[in-house]
Formats: sequence, C-alpha cells, structure tokens
Amino acid sequence: MAVSVDDAVSAGPVRDHTPPARRFGGRGRAVLEVALLTVLAVVMLFPVLWMVETSIKENRDVYAIPAKFFDFKVTVDHFKDVFVSSSGGRSGLSVSFLNSVVVAGVSTVLATVLGVPAAWAYSRFALKAKKDQLFFILSTRFMPPVVVVIPIFLMYRQVGLIDTQLGLILIYTAFNVPFTIWMMKGFVDEVPAEYEDAAMLDGYTRLQAFWKFTLPLLVPGIAATAVFALIFSWNEFVFAIFLTSSDDVRTAPPAIAGLIGGTTVDWGLVAASSVVFAVPVLVFAYLVRRHLVAGVTLGAVRR
Amino acid sequence: MAGIEVTALHKRYPDGTVAVDHVDLSIGDGELFVMLGPSGCGKTTTLRAIAGLERQTTGDIRIGDTLVNDLPPAERDIAMVFQFYALYPHLRTRDNLAFPLRAEGLPKSEVHKRVEEAARLMRLGPLMDRRPRRLSGGEQQRVALARALVRRPRAFLMDEPLTNLDAELRADMRTEIKHLQGQLGTTMVYVTHDQVEAMSLGHRIAILNKGRVEQIGTPLEVYDRPASLFCAEFIGSPPMNLIEVEVVDGKLHSKGGLVLTPPPGLPRDRSLVAGVRPEALEVTEPGAEGSVPARVVSAEGLGDEVIYVVDHGGQRDVRVRMPPTVRFATDASVGLRHSGGTPAVYDVHTEDLVA
Ligand SMILES: Nc1ncnc2c1ncn2[C@@H]1O[C@H](COP(=O)(O)OP(=O)(O)OP(=O)(O)O)[C@@H](O)[C@H]1O
Ligand SMILES: [Mg+2]
Repeated sequence: MAVSVDDAVSAGPVRDHTPPARRFGGRGRAVLEVALLTVLAVVMLFPVLWMVETSIKENRDVYAIPAKFFDFKVTVDHFKDVFVSSSGGRSGLSVSFLNSVVVAGVSTVLATVLGVPAAWAYSRFALKAKKDQLFFILSTRFMPPVVVVIPIFLMYRQVGLIDTQLGLILIYTAFNVPFTIWMMKGFVDEVPAEYEDAAMLDGYTRLQAFWKFTLPLLVPGIAATAVFALIFSWNEFVFAIFLTSSDDVRTAPPAIAGLIGGTTVDWGLVAASSVVFAVPVLVFAYLVRRHLVAGVTLGAVRR
Repeated sequence: MAGIEVTALHKRYPDGTVAVDHVDLSIGDGELFVMLGPSGCGKTTTLRAIAGLERQTTGDIRIGDTLVNDLPPAERDIAMVFQFYALYPHLRTRDNLAFPLRAEGLPKSEVHKRVEEAARLMRLGPLMDRRPRRLSGGEQQRVALARALVRRPRAFLMDEPLTNLDAELRADMRTEIKHLQGQLGTTMVYVTHDQVEAMSLGHRIAILNKGRVEQIGTPLEVYDRPASLFCAEFIGSPPMNLIEVEVVDGKLHSKGGLVLTPPPGLPRDRSLVAGVRPEALEVTEPGAEGSVPARVVSAEGLGDEVIYVVDHGGQRDVRVRMPPTVRFATDASVGLRHSGGTPAVYDVHTEDLVA
C-alpha cells in the first residue's frame, strides 16, 4: 500500500505570509538575516560536505596538506571497504549495519505493536486515573535515557542480556513505547469514535471494529510514528556502547566510533561508513519532515 | 420489527456525571418515537444504551421480547444513524452500504439486491461510486440512512441526524424520513433538540430534562397540555405565556384583570400559573368587549403573522399571535382578550400540571 506520511497532517500549520523584511522593519535587517543564516548554514553543513567529500577521495588526497577541496581523485574504494573486508569476506562494519537494521527494525515493530493498541485504549475507554497513567507514561521520557545506563547495565548483567541483540531491542522498545502511545493517541483522538460504534452495530466486535475501520485510517499516523521510533533506535549510541561489546552484536554507531582510536585512522573509511549510516535517517527524516518541523516549532508533536 | 421497553434506566459515567437519572419508555412496534430535550439532558446516552454502545448503570432494556442488557450491539439487530454521519471514508457509497450486509455474511446476490433497493429508496443512483469526501452533507446523510436500512433491522435509532444540514434540506429530509418510516413500518427512535422536528415527525414525543422524562404524549397532547412548566416553556415558538393567577369566585384572575375559565378540580390553596398559548390571546382596540387594558411593548412581523409582546398587569412578556392584517403601534394602549378554551394550570412550587 502506498502511504504518504504527509497525509496525516491536515492542511498544515497556518503559515505566516508576511515577508520577514516587513515584519522586522528595514531592508538592511533582511540582508543581515540572510547573511547570518548563510554563515550558520555553512558552519553546520560544512562537516557534512567534508564527510561526503572525504568518503569519495583517494587516500592520498584525504591526507593532503593543504587540503584539497575540488581537484581530488574520485574513488568508491572506501564504500567497498565498508561492506567487504580486506580478505574478501563480509566486513565487520557490514555486520554492524545488519545488526542496526535488525535491532532498530524489531524494536520499532514491537513499540508500534504495543503502543498503537494502547493509544487506542487510552483514547477510547474510560479508564481509572487515565490522566495519571498517561502522565506516568510520559514521565518516563522526562529524563535523558543516559541516566539509567548504569542500573540497566547491572540488571542486564544479572539476567544475561549483556551483549545481546535482544537486550538492545528491549531497551529501545521500552523507550519508544511511551513515545508511540503519546503520538498515536493524538492520531486516534482525531478518528471519530462513531466509526467503531457504527461498525459494532453492523455486527463487528469491538476489536474487529478497531482492526477494520480505525486502523486503516491510522496508517499514515502509524507510519510517521514508526519512523520517529526507527530514527531513535537507529541513532542510539550510549546504550549500544555500554551494553554490547562483541563485533557480531554491536550496532553501527559504536562500530563506526570504534574505527577511530588506533594509531592510524582510516578517515576515508570513517567518512564512507558515516555516509552509509546517515542515508537511511535522511530518507526517513525527509518522509516525516512536516512532523519534525511541527515537533521542533511547537514543542509538541501534534495537537 | 419490535417495540422497545426501557425500564428505570439510570446511567452514571465513570467520572460521576449522572447523564440519565430515571427514564421509562414504552415504544410501540412500528412507532416513530421522538426524544426531545435540551442539550445535555441525556438523549444521546439513552439512545446509546438502547443500542448497546453504552452499558446502563441500572435499569432494563427490552427489544421485542428480549432482555438485551447483556447483549453486545451487534446482537441487538438495530441500526443507528449518527449526527456525524460515520460513513467509512475509504469506501465508496456502494461499499458503505454493502458493509453491514457483508458483516452478516449474506450471499453476494442478496447483498447486491438489498444495496440496489436501498439506493433506489434513498435515490442514491449517481452517488454510488463516490467516496464520502466527495458527497455533500445532505448526500452523506442520505447514504447514512440508506446504510441503516439495508440491514432491515428491528429498529432504527437516530441521533440528531439532521443537525448538520441547512434549514431547507433539513425540512426535506424530515419529510423523507417520515415517509420512509411509514413505508417500512420499522420502529424508530429519533432524538432531537429541535421541537419543530419533534412535532412534525413523532407519533409520540418524550420530553426529557436533566435525565428524566417530563412528559410523553402525541404532538398535540404535548402542545395542548404540557405536563410541567419545563415542557410549557420548551414546546412552542414563541412558548406558552405563563400568567400568575388566583382563584376568585370559581374563576382564574390574573393581576392585570384577565379572567380565565378554570379547568375542573383545581386546588384552592396554592400559587398557580396559567399556561396560555399566544394564539389563545387577542390584541384588540382598547376597551373592546371582554378585554382588559394592556400596552404593546414590541411587535415582530413575520410575514404570515405578527407576534405582539404586550405588557399586561406588570408582566411585560405576554406574547400574542395575530394575523398580519391587524396592526398596532409599539407603545399603543390596547386591549387583551382571552379567546381560547380552558388553560393548563401549574403549581408554581412543584412546577407540575395541577389541572
Ligand atoms: N462519556 C462521557 N463521560 C462523562 N460524561 C458524559 C459522557 N457522555 C456524556 N456525558 C454527560 O452526560 C450528560 C448527558 O449527555 P448526552 O450526550 O446524553 O446529552 P444529549 O441530551 O445527547 O445532549 P446534546 O443535545 O448536546 O447531544 C451531559 O452532561 C454530558 O456532559
Ligand atoms: Mg446528543
């Protein structure tokens, strides 16, 4: 099924059509703003640009002094190195990428499978102390996850989840479920309960009514929510580095970080693997860009 | 088809709101029964309890001979039309209509037959292949009605189905619903807060207030003898005039001197209010025979009639319905005359009809 995530956003937030220049006064001000923003963009984007450039430079040009901006030899060797080891088999990095796909994918699916029905229940049913429960769920996101790294580490050691993919999947799911519940509750609230009422009168059970009528209408919202969860799990670094150590379990973020630190650093490889790592996030972020903007500007995911 | 019996219905929501305090209804087989009342009086809650979408706190609901208290909505065999049409947005009209039938597992040919029949009844021909988004409000509501009737349920429940339509369309749909109900002969419970709708549709009307039934009766009964002050003020536009009266020498006397014939069996020792419909009064030339002095406060010409608001014995809101041929200026001194039969009389304190 083709799903446009943006369908989930109604006409979009009210746009302010007043040009900035008129809002703040003088033309000079507008020029200044553009100049400052340009500087900011350059500062922010230069490392990204440099990363991409480094990933396609030949090694000699990578280490050239003075640095070569334009007239370097282009190669895809670094990208080959990301996936294929020097001996010809699969590289350690490619295993890490695969681990990342598994861990992020499974934890996202789990969070969605658990969170969506929960959000539906919170939206539809009169539950005891519903507000308090929802607040409690939200409160688990108040602290930075790093705070609980040590306790989690100790607990995981007790139950043998250290250095396992399952351990990472569980912790990522735990972080994503509250988020999924909150974001999805907003989407469910917008689907009139009458659809389910009508379906129940038509002869379906409550669960069938949810499954057949509400769920299809929630698909864009689920897609958006899942992408957020996926991005979180994909990018997660702290838990990954604390809870896993062996090469065949580690996800990509700690694996890439591990490339730096020897006596010589293969910057070409670091850059290439970073590019490979960043592409999925960029693609997904592009898909949910409107939700991202809403999240940033309103400080809330969505009304 | 079946009648509906509601006995001592009480519904308290988990947050403590008592939406329905005590409701008894006895709806006959094939009856078009209207529940009328102001916003928040518990109409929707009662209807949803009948549908099984809400579980009553106490009380019994019977559909036909079956006690349905513990039956899920699906097993009650009723169809409901909502104020918000609740058509499945991802389905075309045709499939929206077919859905309840497919849920029942009817064979394809039967589904097709019934869908076509409902479409013909509601004249949906050109709309069959559109999705709800591309239908106007009135069209959506017609589809919603058609969807309710394809199943041939034992009863229809309608929750303010016309509220979202504009006035003209509302009148058309009202006629259509009434006609349809008569044709099918299916029991229908129709909820509205619009008294015109209630009067024109209902075989009988139940007037609800604060989760209780104030009166049940035919439109005429409800109009002629409202059972309480609440009903008297709720039914009729403009509503009944409530005039304070005293019993002197076997007649009802208002402060302004109007004398009314009392209904039989009137208690003597209570503060009483007479309910007089605007059309039971007349504005006359001052000093006309049988009239008492009054003064015109304002006049609202409505084209086919004029509503005079007159000051009568200090009561400044006595409304009189007059034909448009009669003209009196604002502030003019006029006469006021009672031309109707015996009025309904209410006790000021209990607010109930006393005679
Ligand atoms: N789910 C609910 N939880 C708590 N209180 C509710 C709930 N639904 C309705 N109520 C309350 O119960 C009372 C009756 O509501 P109900 O919807 O039955 O009124 P109504 O007569 O249909 O009004 P309207 O004409 O506005 O539709 C109202 O005070 C309402 O606020
Ligand atoms: Mg209602």
